[in-house]
Amino acid sequence: MRQSLNEGQFVLIQLLKDMGKEVERILQGCMQTLISLDRIQADYWIAEDQKINDFERQVDDECVRLIATQQPVAKDLRKIISAMKISTDLERMGDLAIDIAKIVRRIEGPLIKQLIDIPLMAEKALEMMRRGLEAYAIEDMELANGLADQDDQVDQLYKKVVRDLLVIMTERPEVLDQGMYLAFVGRYLERFADHATNIGENVIYIATAGRQDLNK
Amino acid sequence: MGQTLSVRKLEAWYGPNKTLKGINMEIEANHVTAIIGPSGCGKSTFVRCINRMHETLPGTKVIGEIILDGESIYDQDPVALRKTVGMVFQKPNPFPSMSIFENVVAGVRLNGQRNKQNLQAIAERSLRMAALWDEVKDRLNYSGISLSGGQQQRLCIARALAVEPEILLMDEPASALDPIATTHIEELIRQLRDNYTILIVTHNMQQAARIADSTAFFLNGELVEHGATSEIFTNPKDKRTEDYITGRFG
Repeated sequence: MRQSLNEGQFVLIQLLKDMGKEVERILQGCMQTLISLDRIQADYWIAEDQKINDFERQVDDECVRLIATQQPVAKDLRKIISAMKISTDLERMGDLAIDIAKIVRRIEGPLIKQLIDIPLMAEKALEMMRRGLEAYAIEDMELANGLADQDDQVDQLYKKVVRDLLVIMTERPEVLDQGMYLAFVGRYLERFADHATNIGENVIYIATAGRQDLNK
Repeated sequence: MGQTLSVRKLEAWYGPNKTLKGINMEIEANHVTAIIGPSGCGKSTFVRCINRMHETLPGTKVIGEIILDGESIYDQDPVALRKTVGMVFQKPNPFPSMSIFENVVAGVRLNGQRNKQNLQAIAERSLRMAALWDEVKDRLNYSGISLSGGQQQRLCIARALAVEPEILLMDEPASALDPIATTHIEELIRQLRDNYTILIVTHNMQQAARIADSTAFFLNGELVEHGATSEIFTNPKDKRTEDYITGRFG
């Protein structure tokens, strides 16, 4: 029953997974660019943002097609509406990754410290995104709920990054600009993780029709 | 104004087959209530019990109560009851030998109204309520079957409204109509809600979602779930309802 609708929903899951992989590829590339401070690479990744925008349009088009032709209701409708919202979150996550590449263009001189917690934040945020998308694919509430704890860990790391940078900036006022830029990167990754919690909130909405805040 | 209906432990049979199995349901006044469910679930039987048409067939039986205006319908004269409870059927069924005007006032005449001026006033009022007046006012003496399918169905609604019922039962009133005529009927149902209690049987899920304030899902003679339409179509409580409205069975 509802073969066309089921197939359409499968297409959405696949599109979102592929979009997630593209976001992951771009964030990892931007992080590598940050560590190496390679401005040419930064320009390359900034141009790659278009691919994520294209994915978002594909997801939107498929959702509109399914709503118009299949008239989904109840959980089917929630799943399709959520796919549109998740694609918007992924698009924003892609923008935040690109913002890191834009920061690389501005940074002057060598890095003021070895980057440890910022790459760790990126890895944890990406893990959250993968988890959220898997939870969407298999409609797993438990997986989605686990995003709240992971988001807390990213928030803690962000606070630590800011604290460490403040110490350096206090001791060496000449690196204030770069310190601020690196704090921005921490902020972008913290926001990236927040968008991943939005994916989990959509999974909970699909399963229960209720709202739950995973980002407190 | 419409009346509230209370259905209590309603059971109905066709011969040995029990088609309604203990229905309890409150039907709110001045609401549109949609009855949905797969073929053979008992939804048409249910509405036919409300105007006591079910019991007119040989071999049928009904037990339980339907309370209208504080009184069991089974304590009322069936003919008198059908003045209070009007019905519109799936296929438009104007009387073929009668004009548009005669069709509208047929029931009123049967009830003893003979005054020509009164009949004209009733016909105009009913046709206006059925959103048909502007289309037929210049040809009231034409045959009822000269109208299009959608107009014929609105003529049947006008005929039902002419006797001033409080409850309007509609058994798939738009299933034989094209999308434009269906839109007319749906808009009409929304307007009539202010003055009537409307029960509509429909196989069209989107139609129920569009026009009904509350929706009841029947399955195998049982009322599975009854609630606000917005709830039933976004977050049904029973998995069987979800499976049906999402098209996964039935």
